[in-house]
Amino acid sequence: MGALSFQIALFFYLLAMLAAFFDLFKSTKVLPKAAYMFVIVGFLFHTTNVVYSWFADGHIPIVNAHEATSFFAWCVFLLFLLLEYSYKLGLLGSFIIPIGFALTLVSSVLSSASKPLTPQLRSYWLGIHTFFAFMSSAAFALAAGMALMYLVQEHHVKRKRLGGLFERLPSLQRLDEISYRLITIGFPLFTLAIISGSIWADNAWGSYLSWEPIQVWSIITWLIFAVVFHSRLLAGWRGRRAAVLSIIGFATIIIAFAGLALLQKGQHIF
Amino acid sequence: MRVLVAGLNHKSADVEVREKLAFSGDKLAPGLQGLKDLPGVKEAAILSTCNRVELYTHVSDPEGAKREIKRFISSFHSIPAGLLEGKTLYFHSGPEAIRHVFRVASSLDSMVLGEPQILGQVKAAFEFALEKKATGVLLNRLMKKAISVAKRVRTETRIAENAVSISFAAVELAKKIFTDLAGKTVLLLGAGEMAELAARHFMASGVKEIVVANRTLARGQELASEFEGKAVPFDEFKDEMLHADIVLCSTGAPDYVVLKPDVHAAMGKRKQRPLFLIDISVPRNIDPQVNSLDNVYLYDVDDLQTVVDSNRSERRKEADKAEMIVSEEVETFERWLDCLQSVPAIVSLRQRAEEIRKYEVQKMLNRIDLDEKERKAVELMACSIVNKLIHPPTAALKEDTGDRDQLIAMIIKLYGLNGSC
Repeated sequence: MGALSFQIALFFYLLAMLAAFFDLFKSTKVLPKAAYMFVIVGFLFHTTNVVYSWFADGHIPIVNAHEATSFFAWCVFLLFLLLEYSYKLGLLGSFIIPIGFALTLVSSVLSSASKPLTPQLRSYWLGIHTFFAFMSSAAFALAAGMALMYLVQEHHVKRKRLGGLFERLPSLQRLDEISYRLITIGFPLFTLAIISGSIWADNAWGSYLSWEPIQVWSIITWLIFAVVFHSRLLAGWRGRRAAVLSIIGFATIIIAFAGLALLQKGQHIF
Repeated sequence: MRVLVAGLNHKSADVEVREKLAFSGDKLAPGLQGLKDLPGVKEAAILSTCNRVELYTHVSDPEGAKREIKRFISSFHSIPAGLLEGKTLYFHSGPEAIRHVFRVASSLDSMVLGEPQILGQVKAAFEFALEKKATGVLLNRLMKKAISVAKRVRTETRIAENAVSISFAAVELAKKIFTDLAGKTVLLLGAGEMAELAARHFMASGVKEIVVANRTLARGQELASEFEGKAVPFDEFKDEMLHADIVLCSTGAPDYVVLKPDVHAAMGKRKQRPLFLIDISVPRNIDPQVNSLDNVYLYDVDDLQTVVDSNRSERRKEADKAEMIVSEEVETFERWLDCLQSVPAIVSLRQRAEEIRKYEVQKMLNRIDLDEKERKAVELMACSIVNKLIHPPTAALKEDTGDRDQLIAMIIKLYGLNGSC
C-alpha cells in the first residue's frame, strides 16, 4: 500500500508538471489550477506513503536512498503548497513543480533496501537533525526556484523584451522579497541541522566533525547562504547577485545529497 | 423608422472646428431640445466629447432630416453653413448608423484604439437624454445595446489591455519592477510637459511623493505644488536620487546629465534598492550605460515607444475580433428593428390569437365527444373570446398617434410576438 500510493503520487506529480509546463507557453486559466489540483492529489498520496513508511520503520522515513529523496520531495511540495496558497504567484508552479517531480522521480528508481539502524543512529537526534536538514533544504529549493523566476523576469526587464512571460511573472521586487524570505526561514533551520548534527556526532562518535563529504558540502552551502543573508543586510546585495548565489547554494545541497545517496559511506550511511 | 447619426470626429474635423461645434456644458440641454424639436425627428441624443460630436436621432425620412440637422447645427452654433460642407460632417443611417454607434461605444472609432473613457461618455450622454425625455423605444434600445456591446468587446477581446501611451507604459513597467507604487518616491529631473503628464500618471497610481529638481526653481516649485510635492535646486538631484525609486528625466539638456559613476555611487548608498530611470528627453540625458548596473533599469523614449507600438499592434489585432462582435450585434439589432416595424403588428397579433384558438379548441374536441351542434357552439364561443380580447389593442394600433412605435414595441412584448415574426 505504501509503494502503491507512492506510484500514484508520482503519476499525479507528472500530470501537474505537464500542466505547469504547458502553462509556460500557452496562458490559460485552467492550466495553473489543474497543476495545483494535481499537486494536491499527488501530495495526499505522497503523505499517505510517508506516514505509512514512518509507522513501518518506527522512525522518520529517511534511512534509505529512496525514502530520503522521497521525503525531500515531500518537503518541497509541502512548502510549494503553502507558498502558492499564501502568495498566489503567477507561474510559480512552472518553476517549482519540476524540482519536486525530479526528486520524486529519482527517488522512485533508488534502492529502498533498509539495513537495520546501528545503535548510534537509533537516537532521537535522528528525527531532529534530519527534520531540520530536509525542511531547510526544501526552503532553499523553493528559494532557488524563485531566484530563477527573478532572473528570467530581470532578463525581460533589462533587455526590454516585454512580451510572453513578462506579463505573467510577478514584479522583480516581489520575487526578490519572497526568495529572501524563504532563505530567512531556511538558513536558521539549516544552522540548527548542522548544530544538532554536530552534537549528535559528538555523542555517538566522540567528535563534532569527521570531514565527511556531506559535512564539507554542508559547510560550503552554509557559507554561501550566510553570504546571501548577511550581504543583504550589510551591503544591500539583492536582486541578481542574491538570485545567482541562491541557485548555487541549492546546487551544492543537491551535490551533497547526491554524494550521500551514491557513496554510501560514513555516518550518513543509509 | 430609421436611426440617423450626424457627427464629426478627430478624423473628419480639426480641433478648431470640433470646439466650435461642441455641445458642452450649458449648451447640451438646449441643443438636445432643439434637435428633438426638429420636424421629422422623433427621438434624439447628443454625445459631445473633445474628440467627437455626434447627434443620434430616430427619423422617418433620413434625407429630409439630414438637411434639417445640418441647418440646425449651423444656426445653433451660429457658424456659416459652408463650414459643414465637404467631409467635416458625416451621416450614417440604417444599419450603418447602428454599426457606427456600436463602434464608437466599443472604442473602435477612438483616436486611441481601446481607450476606456468613451464608454462612460456614451453612458452619460444616454442618461442625459433619458433624463430630458428626448429618447424613446428605438434610441433607448440602441444605446443600451451599444453599452452592452462595448462591455462584450471589453471582456471577449484584449483590446483595452496594454498601455498605449508612453507615460502609461512607464507606469506599467514600474509595476513590474516594484510590486506596489504606494510608498514610492518619484524624482522629476526637469519640469517639462511630458514630465508633468507622466508624473500625473504616477500620482494616479498612488506614489507617495513627487520631488521636482528643475533648473528654474520657481517653475519646479510651481509643478511640485500641483502634486503637493517638494522642489529642490537642480544641483541637488544626486542627493535626491538616494531616496527616489523612480527618476523621470526630461531636462532638455544637450548632453548626458546623469552619468554612470553617479548612479553607481548612488546605488551603493541606497544599499542596492532598485532604481527605475526613465529618460524621456531627446537628446538623451541619462547615459545608456547606466542600464548595465545591477538593480538599475533604464528606459529611454524609444524603448517606451517600442512597448507602446507593440501594444498598439496587439490592439489592432484585437480590433478585428471586436469588429466581428459588432457585426454580429448589428445583425441582431436589425432583426429586432424589422420585427418592430415591417411586420404589421396587427397581423401578427391576430395570427397568434388564431393559432391559440385553433390549438385549444382542437385539444378540447379531441378529449370530449360532441355532436355537430355542440361543436359549432364551442367554436363560436372561442372565436368570440378571441375577438373581444384582441379588439382593443388592434383598435389602438390602427389609431395613428405619435407614440405608435412605442405601442408596437409594447404589444410585441406583452403578447410575446417576437418568436412569430
